[in-house]
Amino acid sequence: MLRILHRVITTGNLTEPLDTSASLESLGIEVRRTLGARYAGSFAIRHVDAGSCNGCELEIHALGNPYHDLERFGIRFVASPRHADALLVTGVVSRHMQEALLRAHAAMARPGLVIAAGACACDGGEFGVSYASLGAVDSVLPVDVRIPGCPPAPALLLRGLLAALGRATV
Amino acid sequence: MAQAFAERLRTALPAVALTPRTESGLMPAMVVTVAADDWAALGSAAHGLGARWSACWVDPEPDHWRAWVLYELGGAYVLAQAALDPRAPRLPSLTPVFAAADRPERAIRDLLGVVFEDHPDARRWLRHQAWRAEVHPLQPGQPLAGAPPARTPADVGYAFRKIAGEAVHEVAVGPIHAGTIEPGHFRFAAVGEQALTLETRLGYTHRGIEKIAVGRDAAGLLRLAARVSGDSTVTHAWAACMAMERAAGCAVPPRALALRGLLAERERVANHLGDVGAIAGDVGFSFAQMQFGALRERWQRRSAERFGHRLLMDTLCAGGVRTDLDLEGTQALLQDHARLRAELAPLTAILLDHPSLEDRLVGAGVLSAADARTLGCLGYLGRASGLTFDLRRDAPYPPYDRLPVRVPLYDSGDVAARMRVRLDEIGVALELMDALLAALPAGPTSTHWEAPPAGARGLGLVEGWRGETLAFVRFGADGRVARYAPRDASVFAWPALERLLPGNIIPDFPVCNKSVNGAYAGCDL
Repeated sequence: MLRILHRVITTGNLTEPLDTSASLESLGIEVRRTLGARYAGSFAIRHVDAGSCNGCELEIHALGNPYHDLERFGIRFVASPRHADALLVTGVVSRHMQEALLRAHAAMARPGLVIAAGACACDGGEFGVSYASLGAVDSVLPVDVRIPGCPPAPALLLRGLLAALGRATV
Repeated sequence: MAQAFAERLRTALPAVALTPRTESGLMPAMVVTVAADDWAALGSAAHGLGARWSACWVDPEPDHWRAWVLYELGGAYVLAQAALDPRAPRLPSLTPVFAAADRPERAIRDLLGVVFEDHPDARRWLRHQAWRAEVHPLQPGQPLAGAPPARTPADVGYAFRKIAGEAVHEVAVGPIHAGTIEPGHFRFAAVGEQALTLETRLGYTHRGIEKIAVGRDAAGLLRLAARVSGDSTVTHAWAACMAMERAAGCAVPPRALALRGLLAERERVANHLGDVGAIAGDVGFSFAQMQFGALRERWQRRSAERFGHRLLMDTLCAGGVRTDLDLEGTQALLQDHARLRAELAPLTAILLDHPSLEDRLVGAGVLSAADARTLGCLGYLGRASGLTFDLRRDAPYPPYDRLPVRVPLYDSGDVAARMRVRLDEIGVALELMDALLAALPAGPTSTHWEAPPAGARGLGLVEGWRGETLAFVRFGADGRVARYAPRDASVFAWPALERLLPGNIIPDFPVCNKSVNGAYAGCDL
């Protein structure tokens, strides 16, 4: 226990202040700015991998590490779409995931924001449309916010999520 | 080595008259040709010698189709081929001999329509409901767009194995899981909390990779290979590069090979750091999860700074690498390595001597050595269950041919052992990277890439962080890819998960699963 406490104390606080120097527009994020303070400081996200290569998932995981500490903004990932304010979709929509994605979305309380994260979710990326893939998320669901990148780095994901929250300080 | 293996096969099969030969693109494997009718006899002979089934793929060449199967024995490879009739492709199944062949053969049947005779499982694998049973989308005549329904229904008709008995209940999980992970379906049969069986059902992230690879040039194929499985982007890109370069007889400069080794080891370290933290996190030890998360983040930031990408995507090109290191970068990496070693020492001491962690990890999810061998398990999964194979040591390719590769080995086969192998492998990777940087060859980082003529084919074999990873490439006209067949090491991880879970409680499934960490995308293609 002493070893753990020692490590915790010597590690200190690694969490970084949010870099707001780059504007969201310059990052290419489409922001729906009408959300206001609807979410009252608590924003729940249900992530769905609809056909990703797992690259985006790794960077979403990184949002939880001590450097990014997503939860300090009141944003958290939830297991049930019924508890979610937003659906964070990664990957192209594989045809085998189409029904699962639609059902997850249907299970959400409205308005049920949809955030497309990563090149595949935004425009089909490297996989596009085929017998196996429907391509971008907006071929299946209306998309409110797009976060580009292959995969989007955690800082970019974070700014995108904040943009979705309508809380962005830029 | 391969020659001796082929010779032993030839001796074991006097009736077949094998004539082993070499083909430059398919080195280091020896190639043997058999009739489709002798496919199973060859498999049985290989099995009798103790060989491992490594991969199987079918190449629908313009005139006739060709089936390939790769066997490995003590680091020696034999690649067998058989011609198939495109109008009625059929092949004896190897699944009765090699359990590992089960799902790969079913995937080939779904995508190409090859009938595997005597296959014990008639159920579909990669096919759900996006195309009909009589359609095989990878056949050359099938359009890329297919003819999918406007809304593909859920694959509810899949016949999971039924376990009967009083108090037995089923638990269905997925395709969408509780956490931020890839989609797949798990079907447990349980009594109370204890799992009796687990059956996995994948294919949800099938993106048609083998189909959309057709017609791409080398650069296009590499963008795709880099996204077969995002956590193994260097691994799959390297395997694809190796296949293309062997097909084209392209000599990659030594500096590029050393940098590829460096990138692959960086990928190994990043994934192991993340996995060790996640294993601890899955049993509620968030201290270690946060500590390892921080180490991984710093590692990824250095990757972005020095190589342009946090996951090292698109750092390779046909003929070399798209990145370089100056003296300052080399020094920065060497300092990182020293710092990581210093930081890992006290953390490792805590992980290996923490009673509540030990209570959850030791004895959980035991994969027996016999099961690991039967399934052909690779990488840390095999090494935690007594299997020592490592391509970097046992069939070394540059730059590993001039480096001593230590391979950690444990035999308890539990979650603790799989975590231990990862911790040890981080140390090995740091040694290898130090050695690579200490003797980084001078010279160019790539050579001119010229695509080979139509028909040229190559095999790439790379030890990724999950183990031996394969790519087969055949070129068509104008330097365009006619066939790309990747095989991720995870193909062997999912059947292993099914074998190691029974007897554990379902609440231990997440940590068992994380300790195995099979890729979904890498298997679904």
